[in-house]
Amino acid sequence: MKQVYGRPKCLKEAHFHYCPGCGHSIVNRLLAEVIDEMQLRDKIICVAPAGCGMLLYNYFDIDTLESAHGRGAAVSTGIKRVLPDNLVFSYQGDGDLAAIGTAEGFHAANRGELISVIFVNNGVYGMTGGQMAPTTMIDQVTTTCPSGRNPALAGHPVKVCEVFAVLGGTSYLERVAVNKPSAVVKAKKAIVKAFQHQMNKTGFSLVEVLSPCPTNWKMTPIQSCKWIDEVMVKEFPLGVIKEVKC
Amino acid sequence: MKKLMSGNAALGEAAVLAGCTCYFGYPITPQNELTEYMAKRMPEVEGGVFIQSESEIAAINMVLGASVAGARAMTSSSSPGISLKQEGISYLAADELPAVIVNMARGGPGMGNISPAQSDYLQATRGGGHGDYRTIVLCPSSVQELADLVPVAFDLADLYRNPVLILGDGMLGQMMEPVSFDHITKGKDFPKDYILNGAKGRPSRMVRSLLFDTKEEEEHNWKLYRKVKRMEQNEVRYETTLLDDAEMVVVAYGTSARIAKGAIKRLRQEGLKVGLIRPITAWPFPKEIIKETANRVEDFFVFEMSTGQLIEDVQLSLEGKGRIHFYGRPGGVIPTPIELYRIISRHYYQSKRGKA
Ligand SMILES: Cc1ncc(C[n+]2csc(CCOP(=O)(O)OP(=O)(O)O)c2C)c(N)n1
Ligand code: SF4
Repeated sequence: MKQVYGRPKCLKEAHFHYCPGCGHSIVNRLLAEVIDEMQLRDKIICVAPAGCGMLLYNYFDIDTLESAHGRGAAVSTGIKRVLPDNLVFSYQGDGDLAAIGTAEGFHAANRGELISVIFVNNGVYGMTGGQMAPTTMIDQVTTTCPSGRNPALAGHPVKVCEVFAVLGGTSYLERVAVNKPSAVVKAKKAIVKAFQHQMNKTGFSLVEVLSPCPTNWKMTPIQSCKWIDEVMVKEFPLGVIKEVKC
Repeated sequence: MKKLMSGNAALGEAAVLAGCTCYFGYPITPQNELTEYMAKRMPEVEGGVFIQSESEIAAINMVLGASVAGARAMTSSSSPGISLKQEGISYLAADELPAVIVNMARGGPGMGNISPAQSDYLQATRGGGHGDYRTIVLCPSSVQELADLVPVAFDLADLYRNPVLILGDGMLGQMMEPVSFDHITKGKDFPKDYILNGAKGRPSRMVRSLLFDTKEEEEHNWKLYRKVKRMEQNEVRYETTLLDDAEMVVVAYGTSARIAKGAIKRLRQEGLKVGLIRPITAWPFPKEIIKETANRVEDFFVFEMSTGQLIEDVQLSLEGKGRIHFYGRPGGVIPTPIELYRIISRHYYQSKRGKA
């Protein structure tokens, strides 16, 4: 009998710690599939963040480093400059990349570092209990904006892809989602593309993934998936934001 | 062959000869000559990497990445920039990764001026960043010694898999002196069984410092502590001058030790028996020699370009014996040997009179 679905080889026999319905699980799974399919297990190095995704070093059977909150792009830069033939990616949340690590991400992108960033945007600080992130929607309630995000006080949702798009060093920026099967298929293709841009030395690549956080959004997983389509996508349009010839 | 070079440039050349292939830095006076030297020199080295980073935080994290990838990596800065690097230094120590970090200190706190000072002593010797860890701190007092200690710093970093600090100041970094690099070589290669370079033909590895299990985290902290004890036991370095017959002993490091030598020369000419203990490692601190000396010398004179941070270590070493005199000039003021000579002789005669 032909096997059509199974556990990716580069995932260890460990249980994910993510909450039910969390997008991180899907993104982890997609990454594992891509690493298997592109046969990258022996050459890839992952830089994990502080944030809900940090424990991914427990799941992947690949070389992995934990980085300080927000510093993933700088750490990846150091690794990649020493090992130009390896594939290096940092996995970062929206608090990580769009708040504390803005400078590191922005400048790695601008230098055209040959790294890929998998940027999981769930609109909140998941790990620390659902505080406001730079990507929180206007009027969205979080523990640190209990009456909803007020742009007059807390600014506007930060659009990382659009900001990075004007930087000369970026070669591939796409925003995807993982809230329904068709979107998940696109998300996987985007990860493949990002890695291809890195391997072809075209420039800095980043995939932004709109991802549900049912726990901190105080919604069911199904409501969360709907909310992405109904609210998030309006602020964060999906699709390729920038692609130069690879 | 000797070359006339600034301390900063000499440091850079010594690093290249010691096998440093990665330098990441952000400009700050008074250490810019080092960043500029590396910008010119790194591209000439095989696999050489130079990045002018967007901040000191980025630079130290690039060092961390280069180190985990197996390279000899270095960054440098001056006081305010070192404060920013402390995050990464703590992670390097926690992850047990080698790196060399240079601080050409200036008059702090805050922005401080750009003149040489020694007010980063406690930050350097107590770990500096968060958590239970220490870093070896090497304190040269001439351009030649600066160059000589660079390969030592890289070797110690590799041996203990721990960040090593070179603590100088603006004076040392910027003064020009003849320096020889003839004896500086890369030294031996240390085992790199921890590096991340893609798990080709071996099990995958992870490098991390977060251990959710408190027992595991405790064991990791004890492991780092045992390393601290090993460094304390094996890596103490110091120099003594005219100690045998001394009746008063100056304790000073780096630039102030150099000034102290000038003062002591003059004091000796006048028959005052003053000697010097110069810590070369500010951490681990040369406690034993100070404790031993206190068996026959009562008066210790701490001299430092700060309000007196070194006093704490001298006091701890004396274990209740002896008497500490102090002279310090913070804020980037460089005391002259004559000034110090006057102060020391006053204290010397006062304590003689006290004894008579
Ligand atoms: C210097 C520092 N500040 C704060 C924290 C605490 N912290 C850990 S994760 C996190 C936010 C994570 O949010 P995000 O990056 O959006 O990832 P998510 O958990 O939502 O996936 C914060 C603030 C830290 N670890 N280090
Ligand atoms: S808190 Fe949110 S982001 Fe974190 S694991 Fe749970 S659902 Fe996922």
